[in-house]
Amino acid sequence: MIVAGIDVGGKNVHVVIAKDGNILAKAGAPSGINKAEAAEKLYDETLKSVELKREDINRVVATGSSGSRVAFADGVIPDATADARGVIKLIPSARTVIDVGAEEGRAIRITQEGKVLDFAINERCAAGTGTFVESMARALEIPVEEMAKISLQSTKSIPMNAQCAVFGESEVVSLIHQKNSKQDIARAVHDAIAGRIGSVARIVGLENDVVMVGGVANNVGFVDSLKRELDMDVKVPDSPDYVGALGAVEAAVAGITVEKVEARVVEKETIEEGM
Amino acid sequence: MVEVEKVEYWRWPETSWINPDIDWQTGKVITAGIDVGSVSSQAVVMIDNELFAYSSTRTGSDSPESARKCLNMALVGSHMTEDNIDYCIGTGYGRVNVPMAQQTLTEIACHARGANFMYGPEIRTVMDMGGQDCKAIRTDERGRVVKFMMNDKCAAGTGRGMEVFADLIGVPVWEIGERSFQIDKEPERISSTCVVFAKSEVVSLLQEGVPENEVMAAYCAAMTHRITELLNRLGVEEKFAITGGIAKNIGIVKRLEKEIGITTAELSWYDAKMRDKELPFDTQIAGAIGAALFAAAMLERGRAKSVRKA
Repeated sequence: MIVAGIDVGGKNVHVVIAKDGNILAKAGAPSGINKAEAAEKLYDETLKSVELKREDINRVVATGSSGSRVAFADGVIPDATADARGVIKLIPSARTVIDVGAEEGRAIRITQEGKVLDFAINERCAAGTGTFVESMARALEIPVEEMAKISLQSTKSIPMNAQCAVFGESEVVSLIHQKNSKQDIARAVHDAIAGRIGSVARIVGLENDVVMVGGVANNVGFVDSLKRELDMDVKVPDSPDYVGALGAVEAAVAGITVEKVEARVVEKETIEEGM
Repeated sequence: MVEVEKVEYWRWPETSWINPDIDWQTGKVITAGIDVGSVSSQAVVMIDNELFAYSSTRTGSDSPESARKCLNMALVGSHMTEDNIDYCIGTGYGRVNVPMAQQTLTEIACHARGANFMYGPEIRTVMDMGGQDCKAIRTDERGRVVKFMMNDKCAAGTGRGMEVFADLIGVPVWEIGERSFQIDKEPERISSTCVVFAKSEVVSLLQEGVPENEVMAAYCAAMTHRITELLNRLGVEEKFAITGGIAKNIGIVKRLEKEIGITTAELSWYDAKMRDKELPFDTQIAGAIGAALFAAAMLERGRAKSVRKA
């Protein structure tokens, strides 16, 4: 049986094609403005790269924040389901999944079978998402990849006061003016977002093993901050940004094309009372 | 190479005013309030509790310098100098860096007091939106703070949210309000709360060909909704006044009045003469007015000593 998983996220599309449990091809591309079009284009290109046609595929399952826009899919599953199934396939000991993408931060508690037990999400606020990291890298005038690396060289922990991506940019600029090193600022940025993700994760409860996936899992500086924040080890599988698409493949194999999960939407309290 | 002048879309123009009916040399007590905010600074000079001069200028990277520049601008043409001032109080985000101030007070106390002066003693609720925060304040008939709710954590629902939007669409912040009503019908509001996500939403709307004015309406509506959450938490008691830069944006003021079902109070201080002036009364000076009034009250009660040199 040949199946395909397509993960259409806020920033990127990922496609995985598998035959009888073996991955034939995988590809990723920016999702851009027209996410449906980007998904379709990447899907066709990936099929072409392994000389397959759409009709050769037995089942296509989509996932991701814009997964429902994949018109040709046989089904759409929630990100949490895809994450759970993808992670358990790669790391069977996983019980807590933390997925930080461009526009969302999720924490999912899963069973050994890869079922979703509890799920919390922040999708309203850019602080606690990959977008926050990108904005701060822009303020630091370095690529995200470099910010990730240099934060490991930091020797000092500086607290960031801003809990908002917009205010955070100004804070990074003033930290630069105060002559803090880029290394220390990079770590401060990662610590700040780890703090936000940590509070989302604590809502579902943290159970070993903790596995981090999503685009931000590629950021070694962030993973380091998250380990400190949680005071736990955090495992990262290879190609963590493909886990959603892989989970969709797993669902396709199992014949799951629809599933509902109840999310606890996390919103940061921003109003303070005073007298 | 062609030099392109960089247009600043995000801040209000600077303003200043001197009361032509007051001869300061005959005044008894001269006090000043200086409100150094994150984006703009205001200086107010009061003579015997009457408004004599004010200015609203831009805050630079150097707060003491911004405070000085602001006071100097208020005093231009008056022949008054810093040395003629009995007492000065600093307020606002940069209040600790006002070199000519003898004391500092929080902007919440100052805005409540200032609104009481500007809009009259019937004011019970004041909303002040600054460059990076938004405060909803309940006050008594003397302009004292009863309680308040504040958001300074999230840029949505603060002046910054509007600045970012103005910069993004390249329309000056002072035009957005008017233009947001030049539409066929009120669009759905921008669905993202977060300013960063709202930016992407705005870009997609513009790319889909939604007219600019409609996008402005959608953004104003979203921001209004955010402010309403804060006001509802506090509970709005009439009369209600808005101070700060946002009071000058009718795109927000009108929508907010509709959403909470309460009309904002008219300026009570507003002299008929002021209406004829080219520049409207600047609602951003409430905090500085409050500070100057507190200064006068302290002198009167002997809680402060005049530092007047000339």
